[in-house]
Amino acid sequence: MKIHKRSSALRKMKCFPCQFSNTIKSAQSNTSALMSASFFDQADIISTVEFNHSGELLATGDKGGRVVIFQQEQENKIQSLSRGEYNVYSTFQSHEPEFDYLKSLEIEEKINKIRWLPQKNAAQFLLSTNDKTIKLWKISERDKRPEGYNLKEEDGRYRDPSTVTTLRVPIFRPMDLMVEASPRRIFANAHTYHINSISINSDYETYLSADDLRINLWHLEITDRSFNIVDIKPANMEELTEVITAAEFHPNSCNTFVYSSSKGTIRLCDMRASALCDRHSKLFEEPEDPSNRSFFSEIISSISDVKFSHSGRYMMTRDYLSVKIWDLNMENRPVETYQVHEYLRSKLCSLYENDCIFDKFECCWNGSDSVVMTGSYNNFFRMFDRNTKRDITLEASRENNKPRTVLKPRKVCASGKRKKDEISVDSLDFNKKILHTAWHPKENIIAVATTNNLYIFQDKVN
Amino acid sequence: MGEEEGLHQTQLLDTMFVRGLKRKCFDGEEDIEGTLAGFKAIPSYNLQRQSLLDMSLVKLQLCHMLVEPNLCRSVLIANTVRQIQEEMTQDGTWQMINTQSAGQTSLDRLVSTDILCRSSKEQAEGKLVPVYSTFAKDCEGTQSQDNSEIMSTVTSPQVPRNLQSNMWEMENPQENRGNFQKSLDQIFETLENKSPNTVEDLFSEVDNSYYDLDTVLTGMMSNTKMGHCDLETFPSQTSANSNSNCKSDLNELDHIVEILVES
Repeated sequence: MKIHKRSSALRKMKCFPCQFSNTIKSAQSNTSALMSASFFDQADIISTVEFNHSGELLATGDKGGRVVIFQQEQENKIQSLSRGEYNVYSTFQSHEPEFDYLKSLEIEEKINKIRWLPQKNAAQFLLSTNDKTIKLWKISERDKRPEGYNLKEEDGRYRDPSTVTTLRVPIFRPMDLMVEASPRRIFANAHTYHINSISINSDYETYLSADDLRINLWHLEITDRSFNIVDIKPANMEELTEVITAAEFHPNSCNTFVYSSSKGTIRLCDMRASALCDRHSKLFEEPEDPSNRSFFSEIISSISDVKFSHSGRYMMTRDYLSVKIWDLNMENRPVETYQVHEYLRSKLCSLYENDCIFDKFECCWNGSDSVVMTGSYNNFFRMFDRNTKRDITLEASRENNKPRTVLKPRKVCASGKRKKDEISVDSLDFNKKILHTAWHPKENIIAVATTNNLYIFQDKVN
Repeated sequence: MGEEEGLHQTQLLDTMFVRGLKRKCFDGEEDIEGTLAGFKAIPSYNLQRQSLLDMSLVKLQLCHMLVEPNLCRSVLIANTVRQIQEEMTQDGTWQMINTQSAGQTSLDRLVSTDILCRSSKEQAEGKLVPVYSTFAKDCEGTQSQDNSEIMSTVTSPQVPRNLQSNMWEMENPQENRGNFQKSLDQIFETLENKSPNTVEDLFSEVDNSYYDLDTVLTGMMSNTKMGHCDLETFPSQTSANSNSNCKSDLNELDHIVEILVES
């Protein structure tokens, strides 16, 4: 399906606002004219979005440590023209704020990442993590309830055994669907620094967790032990110049994983080579373009996200201004590069001042690995079709779109005369950033998270 | 600086840093004096670079909040600072600014202060005090040469490592911020005071723990050694040594001061 068709036919399905608190707080106190003041509860800021393997469930994590799971309606395909809509399925508090007494520092409850396990039985499992602790959650449905106990009343009180004159067999009666989430494993105390990534291995038994300086390998059943497989902490912390920014297991090879760094490099490691994978098998790095060199070169080369393609042949990295596709067989440069918002290159100093240059954008593949998507500012998000080389900019906002309306492509005017419907760089709102996006693994349904709203779009089915 | 001015300046900085304008040809004293004397419509590359350095240092200091600072961000900022300093050293900008004659440098040129020290109390508790690089320039005129020499503490490229150590091993964010502010105020006070008794006042009013006397004394000899001293005194392994060094050097300095005052 060509990109332009898809883009013009993208319809908004639903927008899920988070609760707005009565207290007015500003999101970022910054006097720059580039930023707008926003009024909402900080806890509602969405910090991660992830579809499960079938796409039926969509999980979001927020800054308040909560996980909200949406479920796609199983609709009658003959009747409706669209795919099922997503409704809230379960909400639970995954992490609570903690206090590290030794360092006199708070440990944020913000959910950094959620990863689903493939479904093995009726229940669903996901891993959620904050800065320090990873938890395995079981989400199960209950739609039947046993009734007719001999020794208990219906409300749970115990009967006096002397009043029991007959025996009966309890039977299951249907009840209103209840979705329960319970923590099954807690993987704690393995990370000194802040966890930025978790990734489940293709063996479905182990997973890795990465913080700024170390990567640990866990077994899903064992919580009191983990193996350190990467450690880049220097002996003398004064010599620290590089940190780990993201890590992921290869989708097919259970011995292979990659991790990206703040210097713009990606290292591919093979766990069969040694217990400690400090020496990479492959190093992916693009030589710097000398004509674009500035004091901000290193900062904008820092990779904020790395994702393997579903096929496992390619991987995608996101740095501040671009998305790069790498062929795993070629280390010296990416095979494709897409500019997300090149017009920001002349604004780097302002973006450094207001800290926007440190924003960590994520990226994602569609199910067939033909299109990649990533977010930008002003609630814009971008899609790049790898086959047609077309790209499109769309906006996730409530003002312009009612449900079922088709999204209009947007354009940013970099310089010179501004055409009608174009937006000039100076009027972009840098407070409205889309950091997290997700694509349904099988269908053309996408989830886009603005600061505190979740948008779900699908392409129009004719 | 007002909001608008700040925005204006960053806009100018933006135009300056658009492409790899790594370095202009160093034009010599004339150019430096021109830029220092007054503000031009478009700040020179050196001034802009200095401004970026200031901004970066402020960012590093503001990392100290209740929640642990973002390590990635701190590393990136520290690397930027090092990059600027390396370029400035290669330019010879450091030396140029240090040899400026009196009167031209003002307190505005004081970008940030390097208070490298460990109070004896904190050493006992094994905590670390923040370390920031010094970019203090000569503030006294040639009349009171003793003062200026004591106060001049220029850092070499070793400085960034201090910044990093400070960040990564931060134990006590609240206290550190307080320490820094207090030290900064004290520095400003002493710099403004140009009376002959300045040197004595310097060491009588100020809590000695806020000065690394190794650094100060070595500063009288040569500028380049400064960095080494900073490095050595910072890491926790040398805690015991630096404490005793401070005390012995303090005695030595008292002795020197007495001699100066008597003469």
